[in-house]
Amino acid sequence: MWKWLHQSGKPDRLYQLCGRLLPWFAVAATVTLATGWIWGFGFAPSDYQQGDSYRIIYIHVPAAMWSMGIYAAMAIAAFTGLVWQWKTADLAAAAMAPVGAVFTFIALVTGSAWGKPMWGTWWIWDARLTSELVLLFLYMGVIALYNAFDDRRMAGRAAGILVLVGVVNLPIIHYSVQWWNTLHQGSSGVFQQAIAPSMRTPLRWAIAGFWLLFISLTLMRLRNLLLLSERHRPWVREVAEKGARQ
Amino acid sequence: MMIGRIIMRELRVAFRSGAEVVNPLWFFLIVITLFPLGIGPEPQLLARIAPGIVWVAALLSSLLALERLFRDDFIDGSLEQLLLLPTPLPITVLGKVIAHWLVTGLPLLLLSPLVALLLSLDFATWRAMALSLLLGTPTLSFLGAIGVGLTVGLRRGGVLLSLLVLPLAVPVLIFASAAIDAAGMGLAINGQLAILGAMLVASATLAPFATAAALRVSVH
Repeated sequence: MWKWLHQSGKPDRLYQLCGRLLPWFAVAATVTLATGWIWGFGFAPSDYQQGDSYRIIYIHVPAAMWSMGIYAAMAIAAFTGLVWQWKTADLAAAAMAPVGAVFTFIALVTGSAWGKPMWGTWWIWDARLTSELVLLFLYMGVIALYNAFDDRRMAGRAAGILVLVGVVNLPIIHYSVQWWNTLHQGSSGVFQQAIAPSMRTPLRWAIAGFWLLFISLTLMRLRNLLLLSERHRPWVREVAEKGARQ
Repeated sequence: MMIGRIIMRELRVAFRSGAEVVNPLWFFLIVITLFPLGIGPEPQLLARIAPGIVWVAALLSSLLALERLFRDDFIDGSLEQLLLLPTPLPITVLGKVIAHWLVTGLPLLLLSPLVALLLSLDFATWRAMALSLLLGTPTLSFLGAIGVGLTVGLRRGGVLLSLLVLPLAVPVLIFASAAIDAAGMGLAINGQLAILGAMLVASATLAPFATAAALRVSVH
């Protein structure tokens, strides 16, 4: 097992592995997201209080959930990269960062679009909105730091340290921001028990769809980063020549 | 004690370039002066927004002073010598951060009565402000050290440094200004101060290790 893991951590093997996995995840993401959204936007009943505008939940909640989840995944990758000196793990963390930032941004934008009809304002300094905003700042910091270095290896390690510092700080930031009184409705539980089943099932499809989408995007970006960081190696030249011939 | 010698060295270096130490303090005072000019001189209004002003100014001035924590040593190569010391690197970092706080954080504390005067705060509020500065600014120095460690090798690290450090400083800002706010309303501030103290202890124990790892990446 360990040996297999180490073998597939080699850049050329990992490149091929990502290439083989990518179509499956991409197709699964498309199907799942389409199911969740068509069901949610077309067929789920409308809310007795919020009418049809609640339907943005099928974008907002999955994006918000995975914006946190991706940071955790990044932290695991960065930890692996720092402890076992694994270059490809650093690359994986770097591949996840922009995806996470975009998810966070989607969560913020849909949240504010939802807040306008419900609370009557685009932005409110509420605890969860604010910590989501700080999360976006952390993502931007990681991306900026990664791009500031000329040496990719150093960039990966430095960004990894920053990700780990951020992950220690994130709960502290979250709870300190909660000190303010909040307008945001309470969480519906991790497994959305508080939502009616007819609305919950499409939501779960959408959540799974966002997760698959995140994995497919990360695999794509990881493939590109692998090619970029290994561009002087013969196997990259082979890949490039094969692509040129096709 | 190695850590004592490092602190002494840092203080000697700092006082030889006196202007660099004094400049962030002037910056702190000037930023605080700008607010009454921009908002208006009513004492009630100033007292109401004083916690935010004081702490945003403290954050910015500590950010300005942060770069010299490792930058000069990195440029003239003494940082590499410090890395080669037989003492563990986190201890060296701890010494440097303590010395840095003594020359940049502590003077803010000494300036705080003057600031209280300018913003027409009463005695209880000033006390809360001084205590929150006492507990909060070292945390900022420890958090900032990580950012400086990560960016010290870069040519234009200044803006990036603030991008990295400011989001991490959010909790300190919240609790410190909450403490001053509460004192202004005559409430107890033990809770906020306890949390600030907890954050100081946590950052003092964890940040030197992160900074050491960052320095090892930067000095390559």
